[in-house]
Amino acid sequence: MAAERAGPIPDDGPAWWDHEAGPVVRPYMVTGGRVEPVTADLDLITHVVAVRTLAADTPSPEHQTILALTQEPRPVAEVAARVDLPLGVVRVLLGDLLSAGLVARYDPPSTDDLPNIETLQAVIHGLRAL
Amino acid sequence: MDSVRSDAAPPQALKILVAGGFGAGKTTMVGAVSEISPLRTEEVLTTAGMDTDDTTGVQDKLTTTVAMDFGRITISPNLVLYLFGTPGQNRFWFLWDELATGALGAVVLADTRRLADSFAAIDYFEQRGTPFVVAVNCFDSEQSYTDSQVREALDLDAYVPVLLCDARDRDSVKHVLITLVEHVLVKVRANAMAG
Repeated sequence: MAAERAGPIPDDGPAWWDHEAGPVVRPYMVTGGRVEPVTADLDLITHVVAVRTLAADTPSPEHQTILALTQEPRPVAEVAARVDLPLGVVRVLLGDLLSAGLVARYDPPSTDDLPNIETLQAVIHGLRAL
Repeated sequence: MDSVRSDAAPPQALKILVAGGFGAGKTTMVGAVSEISPLRTEEVLTTAGMDTDDTTGVQDKLTTTVAMDFGRITISPNLVLYLFGTPGQNRFWFLWDELATGALGAVVLADTRRLADSFAAIDYFEQRGTPFVVAVNCFDSEQSYTDSQVREALDLDAYVPVLLCDARDRDSVKHVLITLVEHVLVKVRANAMAG
């Protein structure tokens, strides 16, 4: 936020983003410009979990961060939030890890079918008990 | 397929969408019931990617970021609910398609001062066949409409639940979610009878 910045904000042009402003990086830099994951359709609530510990040749720091995060199962949306990268970028990185066999995926019900009656009742009971 | 550690199987995940106009209280609602502070995930959008017939030059591409806030409710060790606050603007509909796929249902959070802001979401879920309820967020008890007046103003089908709520209040939001899941249950039961 501009209001929280310590110094006065220069009023001319883009020069204000010096090193104090943090990295100004095009988000798809970390994927080498790739915008399409090598794996298909990672839903926001597809869970991903690391199946192997860090490989010596893990491609990038971002891949390593994701591997560390997914030592326990997490949904794709949460991985993106915690590594603070856009979803599309995280999908590409996760695709790399999946195809390298470093991460496994658990997909939610894949269609528009609604959950069964037992599941819905369990949700209702669970919500009431909160 | 990938080999999987047997002890790492995650719970079944369900998602519920919280839609509504800007400032309707979506993130507040998610935060009121989430067991974690709402997390924010972002997607980068380029206008050029939204229109395949786009003939404008590279210099005209606009990049913007859409934020979605989400929270989590653990129902049981093997069942987890995720609540996604969805960007309200029409121009993000393509993102809604992804969000709505596999969703259990949606809460359309309406602000009576700007009821028209919820038209887009209502239209979208009606057309898509996603079960939804309309929750009217009452800011500081300044509610001057009844739920039936809201129903009429929004031209809702009789079977769509409409209820008043306080998006800041955990019990109130719980009630909204229970109403939604009960509404879904009615639909699933009806489908089972018909099938």
